[in-house]
Amino acid sequence: MTRRSGLHLAPALTLALMLGPVLAGLLGTLAPALGLFPALGGTEISGAPFMKLIQWPGLGPAVRLSMTTGLLATLLSLGITAVLLAAWHGTAAFRWLERALAPLLSVPHAAAAFGIAFLIAPSGWIARALSPWATGWQYPPDLLIVQDPWGIAMTMGLVAKELPFLVLMALAALPQAQPGRSMLVAQALGYGRMTGWLKAVFPRVYAQIRLPVYAVLAYSMTVVDVAIILGPNTPPPLSVQVVRWMSDPDLTLRFQAAAGAMLQLALVLAALGLWRLGEGVVARLGHGWALRGGRGTRDGALRFLTMGVGAASVAAILLGLAGLALWSVAGVWRFPHLLPDTLSLRSWARHGPGLSDPALDTLWIAAAATLIALALVVACLESEHRYGLKTSTRSLWLLYLPLLVPQIAFLPGVQTLALMLGGDTGRGAVILSHVVFVLPYVFLSLGDPFRSWDSRHATVAAALGASPARTLWAVRLPMLLAPVLTAAAVGFAVSVGQYLPTLLIGGGRVQTLTTEAVALASGGDRRIIGVYALAQTGLVMLGFAAAIAIPRVLWRNRRGVKEG
Amino acid sequence: MTGGYLMKSLIAAAAIAASATPGLSDPNPGDWSAVVAEAAGQTVYWNAWGGSTATNDFIRWAGDQVKSRHDVTVEHVKLSDTADAVSRVLAEKTAGKDQGGAVDLIWINGANFAAMKDKGLLFGPWAQSQPNWGIVDVDGKPAVINDFTVPTDGLESPWAMAQVVFYYDSARLPEPPRTMAALADWAAAHPGRFTFPQPPDFLGATFMKQALYGMVADPAVLQRPVDHVDYTAATAPLWEFLDGLTPHLWRQGRAYPQSGPRQIQMMADGEIDLAISFSPGEASTAIANGELPDTVRSFVMEGGTIGNASFVAIPYNANAKAGAMVLANFLLSPEAQARAQNPDVLGYGTVLAMDKLSAEDRARFDALELGIATLSPADLGPALPEPHPSWMVQIEQDWTAKFGVAK
Repeated sequence: MTRRSGLHLAPALTLALMLGPVLAGLLGTLAPALGLFPALGGTEISGAPFMKLIQWPGLGPAVRLSMTTGLLATLLSLGITAVLLAAWHGTAAFRWLERALAPLLSVPHAAAAFGIAFLIAPSGWIARALSPWATGWQYPPDLLIVQDPWGIAMTMGLVAKELPFLVLMALAALPQAQPGRSMLVAQALGYGRMTGWLKAVFPRVYAQIRLPVYAVLAYSMTVVDVAIILGPNTPPPLSVQVVRWMSDPDLTLRFQAAAGAMLQLALVLAALGLWRLGEGVVARLGHGWALRGGRGTRDGALRFLTMGVGAASVAAILLGLAGLALWSVAGVWRFPHLLPDTLSLRSWARHGPGLSDPALDTLWIAAAATLIALALVVACLESEHRYGLKTSTRSLWLLYLPLLVPQIAFLPGVQTLALMLGGDTGRGAVILSHVVFVLPYVFLSLGDPFRSWDSRHATVAAALGASPARTLWAVRLPMLLAPVLTAAAVGFAVSVGQYLPTLLIGGGRVQTLTTEAVALASGGDRRIIGVYALAQTGLVMLGFAAAIAIPRVLWRNRRGVKEG
Repeated sequence: MTGGYLMKSLIAAAAIAASATPGLSDPNPGDWSAVVAEAAGQTVYWNAWGGSTATNDFIRWAGDQVKSRHDVTVEHVKLSDTADAVSRVLAEKTAGKDQGGAVDLIWINGANFAAMKDKGLLFGPWAQSQPNWGIVDVDGKPAVINDFTVPTDGLESPWAMAQVVFYYDSARLPEPPRTMAALADWAAAHPGRFTFPQPPDFLGATFMKQALYGMVADPAVLQRPVDHVDYTAATAPLWEFLDGLTPHLWRQGRAYPQSGPRQIQMMADGEIDLAISFSPGEASTAIANGELPDTVRSFVMEGGTIGNASFVAIPYNANAKAGAMVLANFLLSPEAQARAQNPDVLGYGTVLAMDKLSAEDRARFDALELGIATLSPADLGPALPEPHPSWMVQIEQDWTAKFGVAK
């Protein structure tokens, strides 16, 4: 019975791996927030850190920005996802959009943000395309587009980046909602395409993608890299300010930073609570809307508007990346020229050789973290299936804690903890820290497809004499190959994108493409940003390409497995 | 040279008195051949800001050199902020990790150094024990032993001199303003064409300290801590100046570039006409790299500009102290210093005294072309000393309260 007890332990082990660092890290942040930090002379509990935080003149706008950009970005991403699916799911146009969206998931946030910044800035590509013939601009106009104080550019950047994630998550959840049958019924009753879909299918889809939506909300509120590039800085959103305090030469600001991190945590919890309330309101309104029975048949114009928004979002990231790619081979490129004045491979010759070491490290760390996460997730899900260990909603929440708790609120504490345990900084520690963030995403992507697998297959397999283990390896996992690989690709992408954990836990000694890119980006040289953004994107794209290609190759003459 | 020798001895004595008890296994800087022997085979993790491609290339070159000469491997840990390395050492001290730390050498100066020295996070004294210390221009460049007025006490070794210059595109701005008052007038007439990196970036704070120099009656007050002088009265003209200037800045002062090099891209894009830099050779290096048009030139404000030195320091718990010292000593060699001064490479000023060099080594410097946008030492003029670090801290704080948050 050893195997049984081993599998039994999987959920507990996973939770411990997830929660241990988060809780210990939170304590490590809470202590300085309450004035305790012996190395800096803080030996008594005091309210001073929070008092200092309140006295910071930028606190009001910083808090407001964190809330508005986070909530708005989530609302827009989810809304566009819903109407896109409603208007176009199952059509040829949608399959085109889907193919365009999936690789966008692989574009790291910072790279996407840099690309978009170059696109929309007054000296950016759009302005260049229109100047001087249409605008008369010989020099860029003094317009506050990027880094506007309302955070609009930042919100748009976040939407462009979160939309592919939510669409992909919704597509993964869609088969369980059985949209085909529902739509047949709705259409038979005379409902328009969008109305029918939103009334009959969306509620079931939303129930399945709720946690990804919460993750998007928490992420959007606490993001640092995108906020630095596209967000305002007079003052910046709270998360950016906390990072600034953490990295101030005046070490006593660490107390204030810890208090700010705790406030950020509270803000995220408040926003999640608000969202939850909003769900109830929308459900009630939607219920009435459905009961009124409006058929909404004239939705043609709306459908095309929806597609326009989706296509614009894809175009923003792709054009931004193309702009960075062009910068990476640009010599002199002055405003208002649409294309570089001279081309040169100098940037690649200069930085190309330095790419290979961090690229290899990135690859190994991401592969190891993804494998560990995948093994744990499958073990958890399988034990849930075999022993009916129904994952309670509460324990599921615990699993997502690393995504809902701001990184800056617990990572410094984790770093101190790792040092105290004598755990040497290095790839091993970095891999484990990545697992904390990779695993929830893998669980998010794989959980629902795994659970909704028709267990009658298992019954048949058992009747044919297969052990549970054999059923898992020979029937269930092969049938679920596509979602398993998608989950792995998502996990891989998450690992590649990690900045703070790699920097803090690796002691700066573990250098990935992302840590290099962020350090180099602080200089603002678009040529080198272009080189690193392409390298980073290319690596993640390989993962997604594999996830798409492998099932197609393996199951090329098993059509039944392909369609879930 | 007796005076210089006496001064050095005094400094060394003071430094030894001030130093912490060295760890049992720490190398003895006084026995240099033992240091070199211990360094062989070590890996030095040099934590240095990674935002400048020119600096990164130079660090890679320096690493290759000490590898082939002394078998010391150098890994450049590219920081987006020097304080990340300070945080790291602090975290290690918190956790009681007093040996085998992750940081071996930090590129540091100013407030970061003052903080690390104050918290006892540095190894040393060791800087004066380096064989190349003898050719450092201690008399001519007092900034090499006074980091923002804080005595270095041998806890850090200088490796480059910096001085404030402004660069401008002469194609768009033929006659740049040479006083702060003229700058304010020009900005009012050409709104949106000038800005500075947002404090707490050091360059933004430096712009304000530079402006302050021309506004205080007696610049000597800047050498004392702010709580020893009438700070409010001293800075009143500065805030008045900024109240007038800010609405005419790029984006009306509602957004700022976040680092100095970011201004290079902004000038290349034609968004600004004038920018501040702490490296007299930065513009020439950027022209050589195709990042700026060759019409860019640099100048200094009337009355002189602030200068300081860049240093390297070794944390108290560094793992490869001997290797770090060997690297620091190499950075002081005429060969490394001449390479750093080459505008095609870095364009940093040297910390060495030309009259202490051999004819052969002097020739390395004489052979350098300074670059099209670099001022000669005579045009650059004497450097004004950095104010006490407390000025930077207080000015940053007050600026943030007045201008750093939306009204």
